[in-house]
Amino acid sequence: MKRDRPGLLARLSEILRPHEPISRSAYLAGVGASAAGLFSLWAILTYGGFVTPLFLPSPSDIVRAAAALIADGSLAEHTWASVSVIVTGWVLAVLLAVPLGILMGTLKFVESLVEPVVNFVRYLPVSAMIPLLILYIGIGTSQKVAVIFIGTFFQLILLISDVSAGVPKDLLDSAYTLGASRADVFGRVLLPATLPGVMDNLRITMGWAWTYLIVAELVAANRGLGYMILDAGRGLFTDRIFVGLFTIGLLGFVFDLTFKRLHKLLLPWSPKI
Amino acid sequence: MVAEDLKLAIRGLSVVFTRRRGGTVTAVEHLNLGVRDEEFVSIVGPSGCGKSTLLRIVAGLIRPTSGEVLLDNRPVEGPGADRGMVFQSYTLFPWLTVQGNVEFGLRLRGTPAEERQEVVRRYLDLVGLRGTEPAYPKELSGGMQQRVAIARAMANEPAILLMDEPFGALDAQTRSVMQELLLRVWEQTHKTVLFVTHDIDEAILLSDRIYVMTSRPGRIKTEVAVTLPRPREVSVMDTPEFIALRQRVHGLIREETLRVLDEERPTGGGSAGG
Repeated sequence: MKRDRPGLLARLSEILRPHEPISRSAYLAGVGASAAGLFSLWAILTYGGFVTPLFLPSPSDIVRAAAALIADGSLAEHTWASVSVIVTGWVLAVLLAVPLGILMGTLKFVESLVEPVVNFVRYLPVSAMIPLLILYIGIGTSQKVAVIFIGTFFQLILLISDVSAGVPKDLLDSAYTLGASRADVFGRVLLPATLPGVMDNLRITMGWAWTYLIVAELVAANRGLGYMILDAGRGLFTDRIFVGLFTIGLLGFVFDLTFKRLHKLLLPWSPKI
Repeated sequence: MVAEDLKLAIRGLSVVFTRRRGGTVTAVEHLNLGVRDEEFVSIVGPSGCGKSTLLRIVAGLIRPTSGEVLLDNRPVEGPGADRGMVFQSYTLFPWLTVQGNVEFGLRLRGTPAEERQEVVRRYLDLVGLRGTEPAYPKELSGGMQQRVAIARAMANEPAILLMDEPFGALDAQTRSVMQELLLRVWEQTHKTVLFVTHDIDEAILLSDRIYVMTSRPGRIKTEVAVTLPRPREVSVMDTPEFIALRQRVHGLIREETLRVLDEERPTGGGSAGG
């Protein structure tokens, strides 16, 4: 029996086995097919005149709009405004949530102090707090940073608390039997043991921080990608809305990739890589 | 045994846990045992008899409800470097290399680098893992990780080594290789060891003496001296003496297991002594 050229059906059944790995070429083919499929659908709908540019601009419309926004420097300005607000809010949330989350997952007493508050605030929509934020801190950049902070802090603290609660007790006990003091156990065991989980959750919450962009730039903004999208929406410049969305997607992708790289670089021992 | 002869003495030890939903469980009740210097002693017993709890009390990780634990005639108050422990689960610190793991205790005590290097080399040699110093635990097999864990505990030069089913998570082949390795390590170092296992063959092969525990509440049911000559080889397991010992210990544990089954019948209950 000749088996060197399996038929299409045989190859398809090879690819569709549950939970089995597939070849790299098959995977890349899938990636290419989905991208090409989406793009062709988009091209057919727009160039074929099936939808009006008001709803869905053509690829060339968007490229043209992007070129114009890049040329007059406004895309860079909006991007920088958003990135600086998001990164500031997120960094502040991380600086507070990571230590507090680790303590909360480790010490039952801290859990009893923090958890009820966090679980209450966590369910409040950030947008519902905007009036209060305006009242407390005004309508400047700090109000926008505060939105990002609130959006990420209360989620992150619970995620980090889970990570530190998941550190095996035997790991701590081993350290004690090797002569470690309680401070040693915190600094030399608990902290490093949480790093891979912390790293993962930093990546995830950075993604969430971006989803609060519109909320952050809803009030009295005159710069930022969220503002740019809202503003384009008012003038029905659909092409500019898409430029804004693509920019956000691209930035998210770059941030995600950076975090994955950092994880590999900083924690080569991590079981998650 | 006179207390003064003992490296480790446990007297009148009881552990009572409070259940979350009220009521109490007596895990260990009025237990006495002793380990002499340079002696390898095993504790075997039916599952749930509290043998791991006992070991954790000696390590200072759990506080007993009453009774005392004396190491070199000094009462044990909490965990400390004089009682090294090897756990059943893999407990190497994943962020440290093999070198970093083995020297963990030495670093805590501020031992200078050259001396640490020397000690790490010596103990990795002992467990046959020289050359793995720069590897991270995730790169090692389960058996290798447990060997490093043994080296890590011994590098601290504890007065006694506590081992809580250290080979329990390993496959049968690796397990038997590890038993042989531990036998060789012990014969070279004569470290005082208190070893918990539910593997009767393992206990007989390694030990000078075996304590058989009763089922819950855990007490010492009886003590079995293992008179097999040392140094031992794995082939000792085929000798009539070994087989006789195995039958005896097996019978003792079976009695306990059956007693529990009897008590679990609706008419039973309580904790009648055995």
